[in-house]
Amino acid sequence: MTAIAAWKQSAREIASAVRAGRLEPGEAAAAGFDGPGARWEHDVHAVLASERSAREAAAASAPRDRALSGVPALVKDNLCTVDHPTTCGSRILEGWRSPYDATVVRRLRAAGAVLVGKGNMDEFAMGSSTEFSAYGPTRNPHDLTRVPGGSSGGPAAAVAYGLVPISLGSDTGGSVRQPAAFCGVYGLKPTYGRLSRYGLVAFGSSLDQVGVFARHVGDVAAVYEALAGPDPFDASSRPGAAPDVGGWTAGVRGLRFGWPENLWREGVEPAIVAALERAAAALERAGAVRVPFEFLPGRYAVAAYYLLATAEASSNLARFDGVRYGMRHRATDLGELYAGTRGRGFGPEVRRRILLGTYALSSGYHDQYYGKATAARTRIAAEYQAAFEHGGFMLMPATPTLPFLLGEKVGDPLAMYLSDVFTLGANLAGIPGLSVPMGLEPGGLPVGVQLLGPADSEPVLLRAARAIEMEGDPARIASAEEKEPAWPGSR
Amino acid sequence: MAIDRFEAARIAALAKLEIAEGELDAVAVQLSAVLEFVAALDELDLKVGDATVLAPTGVPLRSDEPDGRTLEPGQATSGAPEAEDGFFLVPAVVENLEP
Repeated sequence: MTAIAAWKQSAREIASAVRAGRLEPGEAAAAGFDGPGARWEHDVHAVLASERSAREAAAASAPRDRALSGVPALVKDNLCTVDHPTTCGSRILEGWRSPYDATVVRRLRAAGAVLVGKGNMDEFAMGSSTEFSAYGPTRNPHDLTRVPGGSSGGPAAAVAYGLVPISLGSDTGGSVRQPAAFCGVYGLKPTYGRLSRYGLVAFGSSLDQVGVFARHVGDVAAVYEALAGPDPFDASSRPGAAPDVGGWTAGVRGLRFGWPENLWREGVEPAIVAALERAAAALERAGAVRVPFEFLPGRYAVAAYYLLATAEASSNLARFDGVRYGMRHRATDLGELYAGTRGRGFGPEVRRRILLGTYALSSGYHDQYYGKATAARTRIAAEYQAAFEHGGFMLMPATPTLPFLLGEKVGDPLAMYLSDVFTLGANLAGIPGLSVPMGLEPGGLPVGVQLLGPADSEPVLLRAARAIEMEGDPARIASAEEKEPAWPGSR
Repeated sequence: MAIDRFEAARIAALAKLEIAEGELDAVAVQLSAVLEFVAALDELDLKVGDATVLAPTGVPLRSDEPDGRTLEPGQATSGAPEAEDGFFLVPAVVENLEP
């Protein structure tokens, strides 16, 4: 493999070349930046920080005999890293450097990956378009007038246009699966607690989960394998060994999958319905059995989520007060220092959610809002549990719409919240979900679908995604191992 | 409307969040719209007290398991806007008791 071609390769191909001595870790890491990537990054703005010296140091110290040796990786800017700033896309943390690495970052490095920088995001992961980044939006590589989704828009877009083959995001209500669908890549939200949250700046602690982006199913499996497992530093980490995803090519013959078609009878764009049909047909050709059933409409999950997530956020974000991290509004009175720092340091969506969460938890309203939402969460989790009696996994939309225009929803919070209608439920129930790219619709925009399964069903979801990848459209996927990144501006 | 500008200002004070006077009306409208939407939960037949506050996947609570990794005070305060000798600095919060 030549270094110049490395930016198009899968993570497993790069690691294989590094292990065999045919490629230097530094070459692979530089390929995305020094090749066409530099020009595309200018248009897309997927990266918030990437320091050449840090990249070179990371490449020099990367072990050369591991599963991800030499694989360049971008991580969302809410994952703590010692060698780049961690801002969470917020002014309140501008320039702040963590004194430690997140556990997932440590494990990425231990697996040989080269951390090349930090990905753009909606401020504190609150948003569905990456327009709420304090450092300017990321644009969709497939159409620069459209959003890449969010909140992990930077890591998703960087994988889509080929800067890196893999990246990490976080998914509190769909922030990995929705941008993956908008950018045409795979996006895995694992079972709650499977990937450590230590060093992930907390948003909604009972919902947050680190997730994986890649252009290939096998790369998702490889990264999951390297990162998943108990972490003594995360009290919510799931005990016991993570499920073995090594069998991701094993196929789906004989498996049953739920098909909750009442969810897309209205309000879902026809291109997405068509993609669902193609995915289901691919699974059937691979030997799986479709089981139609009726499922609880998503509006209840949206309602419960936006009370629970904001309540948890209002508590978690109390720590940003101008004392221990980042910026400070100078005042002679401590109360003024807190309020002034937070009022100036947080952007509009974060302020809105803190207020909503504070209200939902406040005396006199707690039972009516937070209390009711926690009861709804119990009900919604039970609905998912019951749904998986129809099959080992289910197929549903990742998003109700194709990527929307920049500015289209930024002034209407509720419209933005509703773009998560199909993804929030998995976070409430703590179950894994995988966004699967289904190619481009006739207008040239990416379209994706979502697979959901019960806790620890990641192996099944990856097998199903692989079956869809191989059978979905053989004409489009000449070889499932050689998919090229999106080329911004090429259309 | 569930929330007016005065209620919005009260919540902002609870949240220790400065909101400009000129933004209070817009904030009240946006919060009210979300609260009207979440009233959808009233349509569900819910059991009072049947609450899920942690992720419902059976992750048990456990004690901390320290592994010896620690931060020196200087490292812990390295990102603070103002720190001295391993302490975070804030404006005085107590009056001089012996003037």
